[in-house]
Amino acid sequence: MSRLIYAWVLTTLLGIPAAHAQITPELKIEITRGQEAAISIGVVPFGWQGPGAAPEDIAEVVSSDLLRSGRFEPLARDALPALPTSDSQVDFPRWKRRTRYLVVGNVRPGGSVGNYQVQFRLFDVVIPDKQRGLGGTQLVGLNFQRSANQLRGTAHDIADQIYEAIIGEPGAFNSNIAYITETRDKNNNKRYALKIADSDGYNAFPALESTQPIMSPTWSPDGARIAYVSFEGRRARIYIQELATGKRTEVAAYRGINGAPAFSPDGTRIAMTLSKDGNTEVYVKHLRTNQLRRLTNNPAIDTEPTWSPDGRAIAFTSNRGGSPQIYMVSANGGPAKRLTFDGRYNAGPSFSPDGRNIAVVHQTEDGGYRIGVFDLERQRVKVLTKTRRDDSPSFAPNGAMVLYSTTDFDGPTLTAVTVVGGFSQSFALRSGIVRDPAWGPTR
Amino acid sequence: MRTFKATAVLAAAALLLSACEGTQQTKEETAAAVEVRSAQPSATSSQANAGAQAQAIPGSGASAPSALDDPNSLLSQRVIYFEYDSAEVRDEDLSIVEAHARYLLNTPNAGILLEGHADERGAREYNVALGERRALSVTQIMQLLGVPSSQIRTVSYGEERPAVDGSNEVSWQQNRRVELVY
Repeated sequence: MSRLIYAWVLTTLLGIPAAHAQITPELKIEITRGQEAAISIGVVPFGWQGPGAAPEDIAEVVSSDLLRSGRFEPLARDALPALPTSDSQVDFPRWKRRTRYLVVGNVRPGGSVGNYQVQFRLFDVVIPDKQRGLGGTQLVGLNFQRSANQLRGTAHDIADQIYEAIIGEPGAFNSNIAYITETRDKNNNKRYALKIADSDGYNAFPALESTQPIMSPTWSPDGARIAYVSFEGRRARIYIQELATGKRTEVAAYRGINGAPAFSPDGTRIAMTLSKDGNTEVYVKHLRTNQLRRLTNNPAIDTEPTWSPDGRAIAFTSNRGGSPQIYMVSANGGPAKRLTFDGRYNAGPSFSPDGRNIAVVHQTEDGGYRIGVFDLERQRVKVLTKTRRDDSPSFAPNGAMVLYSTTDFDGPTLTAVTVVGGFSQSFALRSGIVRDPAWGPTR
Repeated sequence: MRTFKATAVLAAAALLLSACEGTQQTKEETAAAVEVRSAQPSATSSQANAGAQAQAIPGSGASAPSALDDPNSLLSQRVIYFEYDSAEVRDEDLSIVEAHARYLLNTPNAGILLEGHADERGAREYNVALGERRALSVTQIMQLLGVPSSQIRTVSYGEERPAVDGSNEVSWQQNRRVELVY
């Protein structure tokens, strides 16, 4: 695997209105290319039919998304043979020599004040459309009417459309991630924040700020709420917070551990770790009735529940066999079955959206802690990463990538790695620590 | 044990101190400022007292001399260290735990907070469980020596509040710990 390219710093993003969103001002992005052959695609800068500078470089956002998926290799801008902005301007034979797919589009002010019309088309430039007399075939063509602060989101929508049209599976670009930051204030005291950002790390927004640690953010299935552990008041408590209103509800404040929250796939229950009965066990709380049910019963540590996507089972970490390993239990309770036998350390499980895999923190022979994927059918852990201090894996909503936190020689980063092919992209803050990410559902 | 006598002699002073510190800890807890934000800044709500506040250092507010402040007393040792993935108090540290247990027995209105911690390696919530195991090991020894559970509170921060930054065995060893906070 060759470590390549792009340690670029995006500092000024011209003309993006502040609106509600704070742009992550200094985002360091690093890409590690995998071994899979990537699909060539040309994403031409979108035309802008309005006064002044274009409000957003949509093609750049689309290109970055496609590159980050590990499945595409967008042509560099200076390698584009022409800059068409509509289908009538496309000289298909010329593109055919350079790439298979082509994206053209344009933006203009439209509708009410502050709104924009965004149009894009995706072509297969190799196969001609004889009916329309075109040298290429249009695979998707869409119009969006959006406000200025939705333009990046629109670009992610477009990337998702392109991904799905070509790969045949849904994209996951138009989604949010949550993560924790730790920084120092001017008095050198630690400040913790729970941040919500776009899947590419932009538009980071602090949902909670505290002088005490915050950990284990997790999304409700509809993406409207987030549960987390906060140590405010020097005790651990679990809260659920509505993102739109900031309204939050305390769901667990028992004696001892209140940790590892995980929403059930239908959003009605929350699994969590409590030690109120004297030992670290997994419980399920019904959010409407507040009924609490204990799921595990073992003198060892039982923690880190993750729901199977059908809601029937919960996988969790237990050291009942002498070292931490992944076990599974019915969501209604009963005996637990050990799943992992590879190595002496498997913890922090997170189910894949299709229910076939569980991402884990896996200790390899050399003592490193890496992200692995446990295949439930093959009963094996496949290691995905090369970094040595990996933590907190969570799957993209389409299952194609795993987001995790790690610390390498450049400091703490959030990294997304493809489940197949080993392509990865990291983001880091210029100063301060990022960690504990959770990838939310598609918007 | 020799320190026991010293502890008993200074118990009266400690009584005074623990009264001060009781209020101090409460202050510290309310000083944990939290700001909750909604996606729309206009709807920003602020729960608890917003804005950063200086953290009180435990013990720093006391003016009366105390066994807790005596650098020659075992009570001045407030950290117990642990082996990797282990919650067992090492033999050489038992005397520290015992000294604190005696202090608590002799100072019934003193309370102790046992903060369990883990090193940074491995899964975060598993490390919280590990930190709690460590705090509970210390609790158990204190309870065996007769300290009522009402005087002991535990919290586990897992790997969230390392004592030292650094990713090597020396740092990890210093981070696998239980802090005894009065």
